[in-house]
Amino acid sequence: MTRAVNKKRPVNLDLRTIKQPLPAITSILHRATGVALFVAAAFMMYALGLSLESEAGFNEAVEMFENGFLAKLIAWGCVSALLYHFFAGIKHLVMDFGHCEELESGLKAAQITLGLSAVAVLLAGVWIW
Amino acid sequence: MVTSITSFGRSGLYDWMIQRVTAVVLAAYTIFMIGYLAFGAELTYEMWNSLFEGTAMRIFTLLALLSMAAHVWIGLWSVSTDYIKPTGLRFLFQSGSGLVTFIYVVWGIQILWGI
Repeated sequence: MTRAVNKKRPVNLDLRTIKQPLPAITSILHRATGVALFVAAAFMMYALGLSLESEAGFNEAVEMFENGFLAKLIAWGCVSALLYHFFAGIKHLVMDFGHCEELESGLKAAQITLGLSAVAVLLAGVWIW
Repeated sequence: MVTSITSFGRSGLYDWMIQRVTAVVLAAYTIFMIGYLAFGAELTYEMWNSLFEGTAMRIFTLLALLSMAAHVWIGLWSVSTDYIKPTGLRFLFQSGSGLVTFIYVVWGIQILWGI
């Protein structure tokens, strides 16, 4: 009896040396931005709390977003993570309905997700600065 | 049958569904907020304050906040179960995530009803 699978074939699970296909990259970015957003939520809630606390707090928040470089950078980071997670999430929902699950359409969906996110992240940067 | 005791909805199927329903809520809230802030009129304190004073907005925000809590738990649970193999460390991470999530919810309620 011959075995269909040669058990001696080499196995490589070293993530650093595997060339990831594009859908895998969109997937890991979705996870990374998800974890990042968990931290980002603290900044967003701080800004929301400050802006709603009083008129002085609101002005302080506006001042921060208009002149604070660090605040702008953090805001851009938060919004970028949110936008990417948003588009990748929509791709996920589309795939849940059974679309874009083939090699070709899956690659296309990943390309569209990355393209849309890149544009949105740039536009967000323009908006913030 | 081994059931996971740390999942959110007591089964993977519930978690799967909850993750998607909360995602839709969060997507709607994101679209609304970005639309309001980026494409609305120049923001003033009066506008901003009266927006969050409205009951509908408070309901929407609280819904988004609770959706975020469930979404975050399921997401961080999945990610930590995949990457943090030592049980003690994973337990610590998941407990910490749960605690921070709870703090976010209380903080958010305070912001919403503290106006």
